[in-house]
Amino acid sequence: MSEVAQATLTMTRARVLAVEKETHDTFTLTVASADPDPLPPFEPGQFSMLYVFGVGELPISISGDPGEPERQVYTIRSVGQATHTLVSQRPGNMIGVRGPFGTSWPVKAARGKDVLIVAGGIGLAPLRPVIYHVLRHRDDYVRLLVLYGARSPRDLLYRRQLAEWGRAPDTQVLVTVDYGGLSWRGHVGVVTTLFRQVRLHPSETVAFICGPEIMMRYVVRQLEARGLAPEDIYISMERNMKCGVGFCGHCQLGPYFVCKDGPVFSYRQMQPWMDTHEL
Amino acid sequence: MEHKSLEETLREHPFLEGFKPEHIRKMAEMALEVQFGRDQIIFREGQESGLFFLILSGKVALEISAPGRILRVQTLGPGEELGWSSVLGEGGKHFQARSLETVRALAFEGARLRQACEQDPSFGYALMRQLLKVVAERLQATRLQLLDLYAPRAAKLI
Repeated sequence: MSEVAQATLTMTRARVLAVEKETHDTFTLTVASADPDPLPPFEPGQFSMLYVFGVGELPISISGDPGEPERQVYTIRSVGQATHTLVSQRPGNMIGVRGPFGTSWPVKAARGKDVLIVAGGIGLAPLRPVIYHVLRHRDDYVRLLVLYGARSPRDLLYRRQLAEWGRAPDTQVLVTVDYGGLSWRGHVGVVTTLFRQVRLHPSETVAFICGPEIMMRYVVRQLEARGLAPEDIYISMERNMKCGVGFCGHCQLGPYFVCKDGPVFSYRQMQPWMDTHEL
Repeated sequence: MEHKSLEETLREHPFLEGFKPEHIRKMAEMALEVQFGRDQIIFREGQESGLFFLILSGKVALEISAPGRILRVQTLGPGEELGWSSVLGEGGKHFQARSLETVRALAFEGARLRQACEQDPSFGYALMRQLLKVVAERLQATRLQLLDLYAPRAAKLI
């Protein structure tokens, strides 16, 4: 069996090493192979199919450090029975892992430029590997700008890391919430309002965006208004993925299968389909 | 003001981007530098405050009082504007404004700005155009807030 077929069709048994509570409904699972072979390496932005025995299989983005592929990390929001079962795992439990699948954030194409990350809600999870990569290869990039929006302070992911990243050289991390209580002294407003606080060099910037599709549309408009070319803007699309290899057709979007041709697309590719009504 | 003249400071403020030099000069003649300490109420909801501010540094929160609590709906920082409704001169403030940290700003009397607009329609057009941009941005942001984009949905990747 070829390496690709092996990665896509065969499942690796993985042991849960840790479960960390990120927010009231979101958890981060760290797993490692329980089979003789380690989990295969991944690129930032790729996802795995996680199988909970007796429950089902789910596509989950890898949110860990691509420099440490032997321990794979997944940040999961508990929104239904399968995700609830997944986040209820305990260290030592066994799950199945297939993948990694899909396209990745083109971090190599961004070398020598500013990397702008715009994330909304749990959309920060698939972008965290990019942040790890840029910080690990700091000399390859100019500035790292992270704009992150969440619903409220209690919904913010990776709060400790956000603060750490903000202290790194040539790195600006701006966080906002849609609604803040009196104890929140940070920014309040949707993520697009953060653009007024950053100075972009449009021809020297590559933007990676992940979040709800409506949010991404408005972020793209802001970026285009600031002079970024559609080919320098990348987005991660979200559709109902099942097989992970483009066979079942559940995730078809125009001519693309999001699981196979995506989830990361350049905005140039997605532009005609994002604005198509009812697609 | 860090050895900068008011005109220089205004020229660098994003709100006045694209303003003609004579319009910036006119704004400078009406500007008054102000400072607010941390947690100071700049104006209250419903108050007839006639001041419009261009924020130079610090952070301001816009808040709405609800029974038993105060909701923080937006924050504004350097390069942004506060109190646009005072330029229209109609009714009281829509929100309460509170400084979250020490805030430096340039204050303008709404009545004087209106008078300047009437005397010089070219200045009036430039000012109203900028204000309309601010209001449109805020309206857009409010609509996105109302969509509650990050609310949980079933069957999501990520």
